[in-house]
Amino acid sequence: MFPACRYSLQARRCVGALKAVQAEHVAPQVCSTRSSSSTLSRITTHYSVYPRDKDPRWEGVEMERFADEADVVIVGGGPAGLSAAIRLKQLANQHEKELRVCVVEKASQIGAHTLSGACLEPTALSELIPDWKERGAPLNTPVTEDKFSILTEKYRIPVPILPGLPMNNHGNYLVRLGHFVRWLGEQAEELGVELYPGYAASEVLFHEDGSVKGIATNDVGIAKDGSPKDVFERGMELHAKVTLFGEGCHGHLAKQLYKQFNLRGNCEPQTYAIGLKELWVIDEKKWCPGRTEHSVGWPLNRNTYGGSFLYHLNEGEPLVALGFVVGLDYTNPYLSPFREFQRWKHHPSIMSTLEGGNRIAYGARALNEGGFQSIPKLTFPGGMLIGCSPGFMNVPKIKGTHTAMKSGMLAAESAFSKITDENLQSETAGLYIPEYEEAFKKSWIWKELYSVRNIRPSFHNYFGLYGGMVYTGIFYWILRGKEPWTLKHNGLDADQLKPAKDCTPIEYPKPDGKISFDLLSSVALSGTNHEHDQPPHLTLKDDSVPVAQNLAIYDGPEQRFCPAGVYEYVPLETGDGMRLQINAQNCVHCKTCDIKDPSQNINWVVPEGSGGPAYNGFSMIV
Amino acid sequence: MLPLRFRRVTMSARVLVGVKRVIDYAVKIRVKPDRTGVVTDGVKHSMNPFCEIAVEEAVKLKEKKLVKEVVAVSCGPQQVQETIRTALAMGADRGIHVEVSGKDYETLGPLQVSKIFAALAKKEQADLIILGKQAIDDDCNQTGQMTAALLDWPQGTFASEVTLEADKLKVVREIDGGLETIKIKLPAVVTADLRLNTPRYATLPNIMKAKKKKIVNVKPADLGVDVSSRLEVLKVDEPPQRQSGVKVETVHDLVEKLKEAGRI
Repeated sequence: MFPACRYSLQARRCVGALKAVQAEHVAPQVCSTRSSSSTLSRITTHYSVYPRDKDPRWEGVEMERFADEADVVIVGGGPAGLSAAIRLKQLANQHEKELRVCVVEKASQIGAHTLSGACLEPTALSELIPDWKERGAPLNTPVTEDKFSILTEKYRIPVPILPGLPMNNHGNYLVRLGHFVRWLGEQAEELGVELYPGYAASEVLFHEDGSVKGIATNDVGIAKDGSPKDVFERGMELHAKVTLFGEGCHGHLAKQLYKQFNLRGNCEPQTYAIGLKELWVIDEKKWCPGRTEHSVGWPLNRNTYGGSFLYHLNEGEPLVALGFVVGLDYTNPYLSPFREFQRWKHHPSIMSTLEGGNRIAYGARALNEGGFQSIPKLTFPGGMLIGCSPGFMNVPKIKGTHTAMKSGMLAAESAFSKITDENLQSETAGLYIPEYEEAFKKSWIWKELYSVRNIRPSFHNYFGLYGGMVYTGIFYWILRGKEPWTLKHNGLDADQLKPAKDCTPIEYPKPDGKISFDLLSSVALSGTNHEHDQPPHLTLKDDSVPVAQNLAIYDGPEQRFCPAGVYEYVPLETGDGMRLQINAQNCVHCKTCDIKDPSQNINWVVPEGSGGPAYNGFSMIV
Repeated sequence: MLPLRFRRVTMSARVLVGVKRVIDYAVKIRVKPDRTGVVTDGVKHSMNPFCEIAVEEAVKLKEKKLVKEVVAVSCGPQQVQETIRTALAMGADRGIHVEVSGKDYETLGPLQVSKIFAALAKKEQADLIILGKQAIDDDCNQTGQMTAALLDWPQGTFASEVTLEADKLKVVREIDGGLETIKIKLPAVVTADLRLNTPRYATLPNIMKAKKKKIVNVKPADLGVDVSSRLEVLKVDEPPQRQSGVKVETVHDLVEKLKEAGRI
């Protein structure tokens, strides 16, 4: 029939589903039980758990917000968000239309929260900005050597990378992704995009009909105990015809949107890994710019997914970027990804590169591993999801930047035609753009993710890593993913932990201060900092759960999986028992706790803008 | 009736505020491989915390209607415009960007900056200059004092409280022995100390409005200032690594160890 009817029917179904979900979606956790123990003082003071309209300290405080209108608002100034912004402005200039595009980014400068390995496939970049070389894009290190190996405690078994295997990196570039993102930001500003780093989107705004109206930036000037300070200021509202959410892996607004619009009804839950990375200046004699090394195996056992990367960068100094990835579906609560990383560096083949060198940076970030099976619904009335937020990482290739950028471009193209369509009659106040999802399904991202969809789940077998490699060899290399079945993941990462009593503690070696280091000195190198006097942004739905469940059953895994030492179980002042101490200032915004907490009690919300790590051209790729 | 001079000074008073772009205080500094300085490329920068306090004080004076206009000034390359914009977002009316880049910027120090401020103060007919007491990158604590000397103006440094009384400025200063209160005549130079105020946040609506406020570009030569430096940095090094301590069991051991180290 007429296209307008088809869209309106879909839009109405979406809003209908939303209304049904709203009914079950109980209002904020006002009903959260207060901690039963009287000796436990409040850990969580954030207004998302203790609403301010019921708080007597907030009586009479002016809560009006200044609002402004844009055509498109983009949450997140990373590869996806900036590619979308650039594409929108390119189209606007091409068709001589006026378009106001605003990007809000929680980091104090564009690129400061970007962490990736990174080995960039320049396909999406060449589509977006064909003359990137002339414009000075910082792709300075083409891959010259590609090595893959299986490590045992003492030895290194090389594995040939046959052409056609996903880990083949010919034609790609080793980049410092933060510098690349900064360059993208400059391109965006040249085209007239309004970039606002230092302002975090903390709230999604809705029209009366339930469609997305825009976002509101974070309030500032709230004290640690949740009361207003003298310098309290409300955030600002940015309204848009359509809002693009590109918050990166496990975004906190996206988490709300999944529930609100039931976007994950037809896909598997997303699975994740944590990546930790360091930048080293090494001995010039050991430096081979363009060399790419990956490994699997030691120190992880065959049933724990993970591996390492080591890239020799060509950026003037003898720099190497190295890191370690651990799948967050690990089962042993005594596992510490940080300490596995530090331990891995002592392998003879790695130590030989690092000896005599100097560590200059550290960081960590969660990444998506769910791939094809975990892609949610991407559009809803008033908004779209782009980039690593819904999650388009090609796991065996360990690359997600090119797919993130392409998804931003596709979203921009579909949004542009809808916004500039003068005869458009939208069912909902916020535009509903299903064309994005259709374009996505026809694009090379879809084909690429489909072809590698079974590689990661193939690790869930008795032989673990080795079974997975055999599967990859047969089905991917020979059949290119054309097998008719789709393997499933194991479910939520948070459900995978076994109780501590059923697992053996792992003995990690002490850091030697030359190759391996302790956690706190590492966190100092990330440059992370937050305004001290603000409510902790790692909020707990229930303050009593950490000691009662996480510590009692799982021996407090959060003190081990957090790469920044945010969570500490300390003895109570009265002597008997423990309490959870949250050192929110250390947080590097990796999102691992929100993902892996077995009680799913931790809800990461955005702190005051500008807080967080200060990575310099850091890329954590993979 | 108020004396004519008082009315002229306060109602049309113009304040110059200096803001410096420095490496953010939370970032770990790294010495450049060629030992000529520290790595600044790509590193997070922000407004010097004492300059933020200076801007806040100037804006407070304007809100109390004691001064008419607040002008934010910064010396440096293109990037300092971000710092001026932050000052504009906090409430300054307009900005002046004194362009200094490349080698000149690397060697720019308090003497040259104070000459620039003195020249600007005369050009803009400023009645008050408020600066941060020192910058967190060089910790010089000299610019305010030198500026006052060049202009032959009184100075109230390390201010923890500033009050305008008739045509005089009452400044409470933080000194080693405690607090000192002085009265100085306008025009004057004040440098802000930590407890002067708590700077407000530059909110997003104000950042957006600040984009419409004017920033004028000026070259030091236009002001008749020579920015060449009389200092040459020979070498920059990291502080020596702290050696681990040694525990001793007895006083005898302690004496032996001190003798070994040649201390006694």
